[in-house]
Amino acid sequence: MDLLSRQGLRTDGRRSGELRRIRCKMGVFNQPDGSAYLEQGNTKVVAAIYGPHEIRTNRSKAPNDCAVINCQYSMATFSRSERKRRPRDNKSAELTLHLKQAMATAIKTDLYPKSQIDIFVQVLQSDGGNYSVCVNAATLALIDAGIAMEEFVISCTSSLANGETPLVDISHLEETMGGPSVTVAILPISGKIAMLETSQRIHINHLEPVLSEAVRGCRYIYEILNKIIKKHYEEIGGALNWGTEEYNI
Amino acid sequence: MTMKVTSKTFIRKTKRGNILKIVREHYLRDDIGCGSKICKKCKHNNEKPLVKHQSINTDFPDKHYLLVDTNVVLHQIDALEDDTLKNVIILQTVLEEVKHLSHSVYKRLMDIIGNYSRSFYVFVNVYHKDTYVERVRGESPNDYNDRMIRVAALWYNKHLDDKIKVLLLSSDEASKAKAINEGIPTMSLEQYVSGLNNVTLTDKLSNRSCMVEETSKEPIFPPHLTPAIIHQGIKSGKLMQGTFFASTDNFLEGNVFVEGQEKNILLQGREHLNRAINGDIVAIEMLPESQWSAPANLVLADYDDLDLENSWDTVEKPKEKYPTGKVVGIIRKKWRQYCGIIQHSLVENATRHLFVPADKKIPKIRIETRQYDKLKDQRVIVAIDTWPRTSRYPLGHFVRSLGKIGEREAENEVILLEHDVPHSKFSDEVLGCLPKETWTISAADLVGRKDFRDLDICSVDPPGCTDIDDALHCMPLENGNFQVGVHIADVTHFVKPGTAIDIEASQRATTVYLTGRRIDMVPGLLSSNLCSLRGGEERLAFSCVWEMTPNAEIVNSCYTKSVIKSKAAMTYDQAQLIIDDQNQDNSIALGLRQLNKFAKILKKRRIDAGALVLASPEIRFLVDSETRDPLDVEVKQLKETNSMVEEFMLLANVEVAKKIYSDFPEFAVLRRHPKPPPSNFESLIKAAAHLGVELNVDSSRDLANSLDKAVKLDNPFFNTMLRILATRCMLQAVYFASGTKTFDEFLHYGLAAPIYTHFTSPIRR
Repeated sequence: MDLLSRQGLRTDGRRSGELRRIRCKMGVFNQPDGSAYLEQGNTKVVAAIYGPHEIRTNRSKAPNDCAVINCQYSMATFSRSERKRRPRDNKSAELTLHLKQAMATAIKTDLYPKSQIDIFVQVLQSDGGNYSVCVNAATLALIDAGIAMEEFVISCTSSLANGETPLVDISHLEETMGGPSVTVAILPISGKIAMLETSQRIHINHLEPVLSEAVRGCRYIYEILNKIIKKHYEEIGGALNWGTEEYNI
Repeated sequence: MTMKVTSKTFIRKTKRGNILKIVREHYLRDDIGCGSKICKKCKHNNEKPLVKHQSINTDFPDKHYLLVDTNVVLHQIDALEDDTLKNVIILQTVLEEVKHLSHSVYKRLMDIIGNYSRSFYVFVNVYHKDTYVERVRGESPNDYNDRMIRVAALWYNKHLDDKIKVLLLSSDEASKAKAINEGIPTMSLEQYVSGLNNVTLTDKLSNRSCMVEETSKEPIFPPHLTPAIIHQGIKSGKLMQGTFFASTDNFLEGNVFVEGQEKNILLQGREHLNRAINGDIVAIEMLPESQWSAPANLVLADYDDLDLENSWDTVEKPKEKYPTGKVVGIIRKKWRQYCGIIQHSLVENATRHLFVPADKKIPKIRIETRQYDKLKDQRVIVAIDTWPRTSRYPLGHFVRSLGKIGEREAENEVILLEHDVPHSKFSDEVLGCLPKETWTISAADLVGRKDFRDLDICSVDPPGCTDIDDALHCMPLENGNFQVGVHIADVTHFVKPGTAIDIEASQRATTVYLTGRRIDMVPGLLSSNLCSLRGGEERLAFSCVWEMTPNAEIVNSCYTKSVIKSKAAMTYDQAQLIIDDQNQDNSIALGLRQLNKFAKILKKRRIDAGALVLASPEIRFLVDSETRDPLDVEVKQLKETNSMVEEFMLLANVEVAKKIYSDFPEFAVLRRHPKPPPSNFESLIKAAAHLGVELNVDSSRDLANSLDKAVKLDNPFFNTMLRILATRCMLQAVYFASGTKTFDEFLHYGLAAPIYTHFTSPIRR
């Protein structure tokens, strides 16, 4: 099966540089301090933020000058076509660490000394790029929670079709059928890389084009999310809108 | 651009038997062009191969494009390959179905599409927002595909505003009726072609419809079982699956090789062969042991030889019986196109003829042609379409003519086609990878190379050889040892991995030598110029340089890229003369003499280790210099120098194999020659025993020794013949990656080398 047909279309009808459809909603839950729901294609994720709040566990080890970030990545048992036994396994423990690393680069932890910020993400439906979507959802949720950040953390994946054409934002099928894939998380304004991972060995000549395609994907996602956020706050936060729409209900 | 997204959902069973529901996104686009030059609506029409239609069809006078359905492609690919059919739309649906059903047809279709002058256009209907249709519950995949084809045909006709009609070609009556009902212009390919009044094209049509008249006859063959029953039978062990090999001498006999069975299963008689064709994967059922039989030792070419039906009975009953079976179904047909001639016909103006393939393992094929007078003395290619139960012979159709019988060009073509040798001219893309004709070594090329231009290097090859890929040198060192170098042309400098030239060469795999013609693996500029280590010219090479003691022990070795300048390109005869002429004492002569001494030591060492000397006598054709007709055949005379070059090539291959294995233990490309199973020798031992010669095949050394002893004074050819026959008992040597086998399995049986690779002759393999 070809990941990229001669006509330049991928198995789901996208071209090599096109993202999947993005849909999102901020503030989906009332209990946490911030939350977001994000869909990239068939990968659907919810993120919830608690905090900053007092440190509950391990109070002795807590640093005095900055906040502790606590992450948890999990997959719903119904998120894949085969039911998962338990939502957290070794793989998600690894992704938890990666998530913590990526988010810690952007959160201004020194503004919240002696406190803790909890980030919970759960994959509701999995179709490739789970980690990336979780990073993006966590960013939205942190913004919703009003936690100070340097800038967004945006992540995207990329892989290689037929050994030459980079594919951006890969689906599960492309993850399993294709060659090595690259996951990158960047801070889009400064261009810093917060996290970079390859699924397997990748040829050095391929790394550059694949990585730059993933970064380009991140910038597109940033633009889209930025627009969504602005619209969201215009709706709920703009003085003009007070007393209209939802607030009447 | 806006995109709509829907989803495709399907159910799949995993290996473990779990049922999975799989959901995939499916994006519908509006940027897929229709591919027509006259269309002004499509904004994203990047590729526009469909031009205004010119050819005139009496059955369909309007200007039109063609849109073919899957069955037309599958069954009539030969007709589609004809240049007269132009402006054809291939739907993605059709392309995928073809790919799924027949890989060979798919490849041929892709070749046609790639040929721009044919004006074929692939319309990706499944991702187009207006032509995508969702599968209805309960709709079979076939019906769904047919519906998609009809929707696309309808869309095209609407899209092109009747300026150009799109004519759907469909062979299935039911779907044709449906299409006409929906207002799509539709006909069968046969009907369309008959409107073109083109005899060659008509002949190329597959022979499916003409068998209607024959179905009235009594079936000759038992029916094949359905795939489901075969599958069940194999699972339960009642049936076996294997590859069918037809006998070369007897068209009513064949063998089936079943994996895991010690002996091949014998098949005898028309009904038991049941329409299997050489190479097919068949399902067979064993006969009860009472009906087991033995090969008939008869030469039968056709039913005509069977004039006495009872000739079977007159054959004395054999004593030894072989497992015998019968074909109950054909699992995978390995039909290809066959070269041959049309059998002489007694009836004038007949249109039905018999085709006799060049390969004796293939049955005669019945074809229909109106060009008998033109084709009767030609070599032609024919493809098989079907083999109905009522027909003695398979039914096929004419594909193309190769030329007159007996003409060198045509006969060469037959040899090349029958052995599946790719021999077309190199494509422009491949030639584009070549350096300029005037290429010379630049300073940049010398980086990382050792400069051996001052060494007295020479090459020794057969006369007339233009692809010289190896050269040798030898010089004494101060400590009494010798420096010996084997220099191999560095083809990798010109052929980079993954380029068109690399892909082409990997498909050709080897250079093929015919009488008076050579089919190169890499283009001539490389094979006989830039990579050929010609005398007096600077060339890039890959060198093995060893320090050897006078006893030919290697004490030091070095492998490096290099640049060399061969002092002389000699023939075997010339080199032999220099060695024998004691008056010559220049460095080249001294070097050659020393190399010759070394070679003798190396050869003895190899033979002692048990290397086989098998005979495959090399022959040479004497070719008339003007007409290029072959005049005579002679056996190549082997001189000492032949063996000298051979020994050093073997040495280089073995040493390089050791080197790459130590550096890349996981993925060194090596070559191994497995020890043949004792059963392979059975017939040879039996035959030799008849003549009072005993052969011991326990190890390669035992075999070599007993072959040496098997000499008959009254018949000098006897020993050579035995060696030729022994060669036939061997298994194929194979390439492999070192990580896939254990070290014990690396053995090269024929050369008695524990490890071996093909480092030499990079130009031709």
